[in-house]
Amino acid sequence: MSPDTAKPMNWFDKLAHPGQFLIWSRPLIWPLAVITTLMFALGLWYAFFNSPEDYQMGDTVRIMYIHVPNAWLSQFCYVLMAASAIGTLVWRHPMADVSMKAAAPLGAAFTAMALYTGALWGRPTWGTYWEWDGRMTSTLILLLMYLGLIALWRAFDDQLRAAKLIAVLTLVGAINIPVIKFSVDWWNTLHQPASVLRAGGPSMPPSIYIPLFVMTFAFTFLFLTLHLVSMRSEVLRRRVRSLERKQANGAVK
Amino acid sequence: MTAFYALLRRDLKLATRSSGDMLTLVLFFIMVGTITPFAIGPDKAVLARLAPGIVWIAAFLASLLAMDRLFRADHEDGSLLAMRHAALSLETITFAKIIAHWLTTALPLMIATPFMAVMLNMDMTIFTRTLISLALGTPALTAFGAVGAAITVSLRRGGLIAPVLILPLSIPILIFGVGAINANAGPDAETAAMLFLGGISLVSVAFVPFAAALALKLTQE
Repeated sequence: MSPDTAKPMNWFDKLAHPGQFLIWSRPLIWPLAVITTLMFALGLWYAFFNSPEDYQMGDTVRIMYIHVPNAWLSQFCYVLMAASAIGTLVWRHPMADVSMKAAAPLGAAFTAMALYTGALWGRPTWGTYWEWDGRMTSTLILLLMYLGLIALWRAFDDQLRAAKLIAVLTLVGAINIPVIKFSVDWWNTLHQPASVLRAGGPSMPPSIYIPLFVMTFAFTFLFLTLHLVSMRSEVLRRRVRSLERKQANGAVK
Repeated sequence: MTAFYALLRRDLKLATRSSGDMLTLVLFFIMVGTITPFAIGPDKAVLARLAPGIVWIAAFLASLLAMDRLFRADHEDGSLLAMRHAALSLETITFAKIIAHWLTTALPLMIATPFMAVMLNMDMTIFTRTLISLALGTPALTAFGAVGAAITVSLRRGGLIAPVLILPLSIPILIFGVGAINANAGPDAETAAMLFLGGISLVSVAFVPFAAALALKLTQE
């Protein structure tokens, strides 16, 4: 086909084409990294020097500024994976399975951080590192699911076939997300009920929720940056692998 | 419908003619129940208190062990591929195979539960409740297992990885399954747990054939 008869690429094709993805995503990395750094600087300054101590918990309340964003991302990341899974199964979008694969280790890391900071926070305030309450248990299940999905990605040789099968499992596992979200309402145990995103606004003063929001945005931008970078390296990794295969077949001189 | 029954009959026949598998499974189930008293000590009161949990864990492990054989043999000898050209949809085929699998794995375990009850010093009420909760919960266990088996059917190491994928999803079944036996929780909590268990089973058996059939189709593409 000569270039002038080729159909011009619309934005969806550009999004789907791995080569195009490498081109348009490259200039995005630095701005995202700069925004992340600035947000972290602002958020950490707020969190350490410009927010009050809690009248009961004292300085330990500042763990919240790390714990809550990580807990939010642990779920957001799975929702993104489930959305990518729909992209893989419905539109057979090549970048959707790259996105799904790249998100799993990040989600596992954020979930592990949420559980770890939660344990550190739980010891001084509740007197225990771990309690088998609804939200903690369902978050632990989420971590196990992330690890299982990573293991499944590694078990397949053919990553293109793996993507579709893993997408099925990712969607089946998505039932855990509403369970985590509503666990604090369904099981009335140690973990406090929803206090940020609720009808009638946050149940805390602005001096606490402003740093919390800044930190949440900082962590979300950190996730977006890392996700983009790991999607790029996944595309490059696949390229290297297909080149190696071609060379092994003697197709490359 | 006749094709559906024919398929069901075929799977049941295959399972009963090579009854070694079924026997091994029941033996494994009883073995887990036999080993735990050695691990936690033969104190009868303690055993009676832990008995429902032990029975559920044994049933869990046994069904995970059996899960891999749900689709593997039919995938490997190509009969699954041949069945795709049958008049039945793959979803119906999966449904029939899940029913046959439940009849040949979960049902024998439930029949073997009285042995466990004697060994673990269960009283009559606890034993009846355990049996009811197993009857309500094992269909969901089989259904989740079918998803795992369908996704990993093309992997040689599927037998190892499928339980890792399915266990986290099955935890609610265990929670409600043991919750339905817990005498301390009060009569309302028990009924609620039983209803939850039945609900999970109905929903998962209704939706799983579609997910598992999709996974099988994608595997054979």
